[in-house]
Amino acid sequence: MSSLPPLDLIETADPLATPRRVALVRPDRRPAVRTTDEKYVMTFPNLIVREVILFQLVVIGLALAAILFDAPLEGIANPLETPNPAKAPWYFLGLQELLHYFPPVVAGVLMPLLVVVALVVIPYARINQTAGPLWAGAGPRRALALAGATGAVIALFGAFKCWPIVVPTAAISLAMFAARAGERAGAFRRAIAKVTLPEWIMVWFAVVATILTVIGTFFRGPGWSFVWPWAHPAAF
Amino acid sequence: MTTLSLDSVFRRLRESDAYRSIVRHGAASTNRNRSLVVFENLFLHVHPVKVREKTLRFTHTYWLGGIALACALILTATGVLLMFYYHPSVPQAYRDMKELEFVVDNGLFLRNMHRWAAHLMVFAAFLHMMRVFFHRAYRPPRQFNWVVGVVLLLVTLLLSYTGYLLPWDQLAFWGVSVGTNMAKEAPLIGEKSRFLLLGGNIVSENALLRFYVLHCVVLPVALLLMLSVHIWRVRKDGGVQGPPEDSPRREEVR
Repeated sequence: MSSLPPLDLIETADPLATPRRVALVRPDRRPAVRTTDEKYVMTFPNLIVREVILFQLVVIGLALAAILFDAPLEGIANPLETPNPAKAPWYFLGLQELLHYFPPVVAGVLMPLLVVVALVVIPYARINQTAGPLWAGAGPRRALALAGATGAVIALFGAFKCWPIVVPTAAISLAMFAARAGERAGAFRRAIAKVTLPEWIMVWFAVVATILTVIGTFFRGPGWSFVWPWAHPAAF
Repeated sequence: MTTLSLDSVFRRLRESDAYRSIVRHGAASTNRNRSLVVFENLFLHVHPVKVREKTLRFTHTYWLGGIALACALILTATGVLLMFYYHPSVPQAYRDMKELEFVVDNGLFLRNMHRWAAHLMVFAAFLHMMRVFFHRAYRPPRQFNWVVGVVLLLVTLLLSYTGYLLPWDQLAFWGVSVGTNMAKEAPLIGEKSRFLLLGGNIVSENALLRFYVLHCVVLPVALLLMLSVHIWRVRKDGGVQGPPEDSPRREEVR
């Protein structure tokens, strides 16, 4: 690189100077342009027509839903009459379910904050850029470390008797370790052998969030007791 | 005498001076004109003129971002119509729900559609995020767009949540009371931020007015701005990224 002329020979601050495009070719490189063999199609009509059809399908689907199902409307708001149970909208019922196991500052503030921070840093964490299949070329140390980590998570949530997190955590760790012997097993275990650590963690988050939300929405009745969905139909 | 067919009428119309002053290119029967359809249109020009063919496959994106965007458009249309019939005051807000149901033409249909579209948008946005994660589409150069997407998910949740109070029924009142009671628990700023959000210590008509303004002005504007950045960046970062390929290969920027 030391043989290249300094850049200020090419770029100038003078706005009236005629711009020149100079290609500096190192002797060990050929100025060939890299090309891809990808097939391109015209955006119109190929993409635009698909977008219009998608929009129409969403409109039709929602219109049918709006004809068949009415939005709920209960009695006028009354601050003196607390319904039992009083539930937040469905997408917050996972958090409200956590409120059953943890102090409010943990379930209502700390955990959602941790989730948002974890989501934001995903693209900037090195492991999410480089991780390969979890058990590829891994020795017993990785298995030991992961057993310790999942055990700690299970112990932590078990201490709070938070079974809706403990049970899926245990199930997913079992699947994770079952993937260790993947290449000698059937198609399913070969497939999960390709899963990376960040993907295991996201699967765990999605499964736990879904289970908590479903329990909070359909299986919670008066005093946040466990009920069957038909005993206390959910309102959306 | 030439026969008057629908086809010839459309052709005459399309070739007229007035039409050509609005749409400068001719019929999209050549690739040049197909390019101009996208190129010369303010709304379509977030697209490149050509796209990679495989990005059109269903399994490439499952169209989840598109579903969320379609919901946003439907919510804007139905929401503006609902605003014509809604007063953010107690107890008129609740009476307006009854008016929508029993007096306004298609009022219940409008409200139903707005509600189900809102739920679908939250759901689709979450699934979209999962799709992007498992396709590893947050990787360079798309890191920042992932962050914009997380912000958009939060704005979507806030939009849905502020709208949840507006019918002013028991469901709305206690749903929002439960949620804002959680915010109270945040150390130092909890009580203050809850007071700021509700305009008081309990959910009252001040809260209704604040949620209305947030729902109809502040958050939609925030969504529009962030959504513009999000969609613009999709193109600037090289188009939608589908499932990771087996052999990593650098793509040319076009």
